[in-house]
Amino acid sequence: MTQTLNLDAEALYAALRDGVRRLLAERPDAALVGIWSGGAWLAGRLQADLGLPGEAGTITSALHRDDFGERGMATGAGATKLPFAIEGRHIVLVDDVLFTGRTIRAVVNELYDFGRPASVALAVLVDRGGRQLPIEPAFAAARVALAPGQRLRLVQTEGGRLTFDVKERT
Amino acid sequence: MLSRRNPQLNANGELIHLLSIEGLPRAVITQILDTAGTFLSVSERDVKKVPLLRGKSVFNLFFENSTRTRTTFEIAAKRLSADVINLDIARSSTAKGESLLDTIANLSAMHADMFVVRHAESGAPYLIAQHVAPHVHVINAGDGRHAHPTQGLLDMYTIRHFKGDFTQLSVAIVGDIVHSRVARSDIHALTTLGVPDIRAVGPKTLVPGDLAGMGVRVCHDMAEGIRDADVIIMLRLQNERMSGAMLPSAGEYFKRFGLTADKLALAKPDAIVMHPGPINRGVEIDSSVADGRASVILPQVTFGIAVRMAVMSTIAGNEA
Repeated sequence: MTQTLNLDAEALYAALRDGVRRLLAERPDAALVGIWSGGAWLAGRLQADLGLPGEAGTITSALHRDDFGERGMATGAGATKLPFAIEGRHIVLVDDVLFTGRTIRAVVNELYDFGRPASVALAVLVDRGGRQLPIEPAFAAARVALAPGQRLRLVQTEGGRLTFDVKERT
Repeated sequence: MLSRRNPQLNANGELIHLLSIEGLPRAVITQILDTAGTFLSVSERDVKKVPLLRGKSVFNLFFENSTRTRTTFEIAAKRLSADVINLDIARSSTAKGESLLDTIANLSAMHADMFVVRHAESGAPYLIAQHVAPHVHVINAGDGRHAHPTQGLLDMYTIRHFKGDFTQLSVAIVGDIVHSRVARSDIHALTTLGVPDIRAVGPKTLVPGDLAGMGVRVCHDMAEGIRDADVIIMLRLQNERMSGAMLPSAGEYFKRFGLTADKLALAKPDAIVMHPGPINRGVEIDSSVADGRASVILPQVTFGIAVRMAVMSTIAGNEA
């Protein structure tokens, strides 16, 4: 039906790792920050695979979402944990799927609550199009076109392997 | 007629007002405590503010004075970016003879989104909740002897923070239980969260035997009441009770029920001591205990802001 069924998350991860390595080469002191939840798994794994010291940060969009009025308080949306200073730091945000850009807008606001970063770049596994805000990734391992009603989500299986889950939005 | 449904919950079982802990499902309580955990870190950021209630107006209606509680609600609302209006109601409209519901109708005409209500009469926040528009939310900040649900929730947050699991705990609540809305809210919350051993400790005049109906063990002896407790919640002895001949004297009370280091030694070695404040040093609690290693009285205050942020953001996001 769509090509999403052919998305091999592990193969895309290898491409993301190479892409993030290049981004870090341009910004040697950059810190990785994964967007909860899929992006946080990716950032944690990248931190280890790229031999970066310390822990990757985790960030949630829950407190800056623009659909609070319609959907209420996000529950179980994790907590922001940034084990380093944001002020003056180059930041590479990591997420699994980039869609409308609204989550990225919210986490950039969240990031600024902790200080003024030197720069913020975005690396994603899949860019599925459909942007509603002027946001572009510095690196995307794959670009696919999905119908707006389809929901693409990264899932971590037991043993830590990554796969994609596609659902029709209800 | 009024529905028999819990007026705090909408048809989907989501919290729309916080009036009492009694009748709240465990999942709702746990969700508020989890959300509070997220907000705790907000107060430690460079920017101590998130935009969840941006553009909303929160009216603090304190028909009974309480500077501290009002301030914690004000801080919580402001950290959520709400506009906060404090009404010194005790000295204004009511003094001119306006009825409670007329006051609410007038403030609603000013487009209030949320009322935080403290009232000397039990049930006043319920009455208000039944008369506001569907998009308006009400938080009970203490009504008569009935309930003080945000204090109950922040006490649960504190216990969970320091003790983790509720299902193995012994919790002693000491002092003027009969007049205390804090005690009542704590007892309902502890019961709902599965605490197996809750003790109500104090003299017969302040801890009547029929409290056992709430699922607590009544102890008129301090040593028996706090022996091997994991958590000791001390209540403020309200001076006005002293004149009511319910107690012989403050000195006598301290001797029997004041928490001293000697008495604290009867509890578990890692027991925590809580108090809703303001504390009366040398009346219900000795300074060495209030300032000691077991005391978590100041963390309670910090957690109280996060818990109130959690309550406000939860109810504001749910429709009636």
